[in-house]
Amino acid sequence: MGKDKKNKVLMSGNEAIAEGALQAGCLFYAGYPITPQNELIGYMSVHMFEKNGVFIQAESEIAAINMVYGASAAGVRAMTSSSSPGISLKQEGISYIAGAELPAVIVNIMRAGPGLGNIWPAQSDYFQATRGGGNGEYRCIVLAPASVQESFDLMSTSFGLADKYRIPVIVLGDGMLGQMMEPVQLPVASCQLPGKTKKPWALTGCKGREQNIVKSFYMREGDLEKFNLKLQGKYAQIMKNEQEYEEVDTKDAMIILVAYGSMARIAKSAVKFLSGKGIKAGLIRPITLWPFPVKAFQPRNRNICYLAVEMSYGQMVEDVKLAVCGKAKVAFLGRSGGGIPTEEEIINKAKTLSPKA
Amino acid sequence: MDKIYAHPKSLRDLPTHYCPGCGHGIAHRIIAEVVDELGIREKIIAVAPVGCAVIAYDYWDFDCSEAAHGRALAVATAIKRVRRDNIVFTYQGDGDLAAIGTNETIHADNRGENLTVVFINNGVYGMTGGQMAPTSLLSQKTATTVKGRDAQIHGFPLKISEMLALLPGVKYIERTSLHSPQEIIKTKRAVKQAFSNQIEGLGFSLVEILSPCPTYWGMAPRAALDWVRDVVIKEFPLGRIK
Repeated sequence: MGKDKKNKVLMSGNEAIAEGALQAGCLFYAGYPITPQNELIGYMSVHMFEKNGVFIQAESEIAAINMVYGASAAGVRAMTSSSSPGISLKQEGISYIAGAELPAVIVNIMRAGPGLGNIWPAQSDYFQATRGGGNGEYRCIVLAPASVQESFDLMSTSFGLADKYRIPVIVLGDGMLGQMMEPVQLPVASCQLPGKTKKPWALTGCKGREQNIVKSFYMREGDLEKFNLKLQGKYAQIMKNEQEYEEVDTKDAMIILVAYGSMARIAKSAVKFLSGKGIKAGLIRPITLWPFPVKAFQPRNRNICYLAVEMSYGQMVEDVKLAVCGKAKVAFLGRSGGGIPTEEEIINKAKTLSPKA
Repeated sequence: MDKIYAHPKSLRDLPTHYCPGCGHGIAHRIIAEVVDELGIREKIIAVAPVGCAVIAYDYWDFDCSEAAHGRALAVATAIKRVRRDNIVFTYQGDGDLAAIGTNETIHADNRGENLTVVFINNGVYGMTGGQMAPTSLLSQKTATTVKGRDAQIHGFPLKISEMLALLPGVKYIERTSLHSPQEIIKTKRAVKQAFSNQIEGLGFSLVEILSPCPTYWGMAPRAALDWVRDVVIKEFPLGRIK
């Protein structure tokens, strides 16, 4: 994949996600307006046609996700996007997509909740994204970009993973990431050509083959249990193979911040400040929220402390505790409802946790 | 001697899971015959509903997708938009199309999607045990209207086909019935028209089929057919609506 300075453009996170999807061969988008992701649907409404793809402004979030189900069943790369309350409406469809083993990409540019909440950035949909969200036991792969560039880059990854595992992939950003503008280096050639993945299961008309059925209904005794075990096997493979994270100065750190998305950028500044003050601090930034990057928490010095920092009242911190498994101290700092932990708050909290060496 | 009647290629020869006297088997067969006659078995993609007909794909031998309850027309919209050369249809009951999926129904119609809809109206929720449907008649007794449907409490039977006919996106709507051989022949003609319209790219076509549900009407199969003829078609008149 060649890089060219000429291909450096200034974009918002929402636009970068849309452009990333188009360059990854997404040929179907359905969505419904909701703040703070409107630039995404707006970008798609203009540029999808240039790719000869299909754009539909759906009558509801529910219709949009079911359109994605249909397009994916017909074998094309399909996505939808929304923000928190809209993602709640999509949960039925996401469950059906998981149950029918269809690839799909769902973008959630999170806003604060519960209910209508407000349009300020938040990370309070972590549980909903990483635990399934809809009915039944299923998982979505969840990717969390922390910059506009990464928002672009992870779209190709998302569609690749969705096709590889026939699974819904959620891209979990927040209103700050969706709205901020940063330079993005676009690849000279598309990263992944559309239609590369063979989809013999897709609905194309049964010419020259047996009937294909896309379904999640298993009525006969034992059939659903067998199918669910197959899903669990797939999830085990994903947990083994697909953990992604970034580490900053963790090697000798005595305090390790854990943060994802926009929050990780503030945490990174705090790490830099703390290191300047002689406090050995580091950062783990999960890029995959599910599978959670458990391997980033390999046994370390028992005296170290992890500090999970979130724009929520404590959701990812539960995965940190599960990963650490009681072998180190885990602390938490979080705000939600539009409040964002500041660099100063993180530094002050970290100072209280830093072991007096 | 010419063979004038045979088992349709698009219909598997299987024991039925439907109740005695149910109309779904007839409607399935009509679709299979039409698909064979139009030579579209290898191009067709069906969208099956949630309800008694969820496993329609066990009977039809062509590509098929399930859809969540009420979402068939959202699913079908997307399939048709990305595969314009395929023939796409939904098969939906009254609860699916006219209650939980009303929004999807109206908007697919209003967008003028080039789709075919086979709408089975039997005035009751069969799979869940005979509850009131949006199309249940006034005074009809169901599991959730034990004293009969009362307009003041439960509202009126929903004439969704007449509503849909108001929208500019729709090309063709006809209401037919399965209560006699003559009406079955008319139903087949309407279904064929609805598929032919799609093949010709004319736009949204819907056939509403009045269908008997003896089990949840509490009637013998023959009495259920007579009830359609004598009572149901007074509320839901047959014929071309648009």
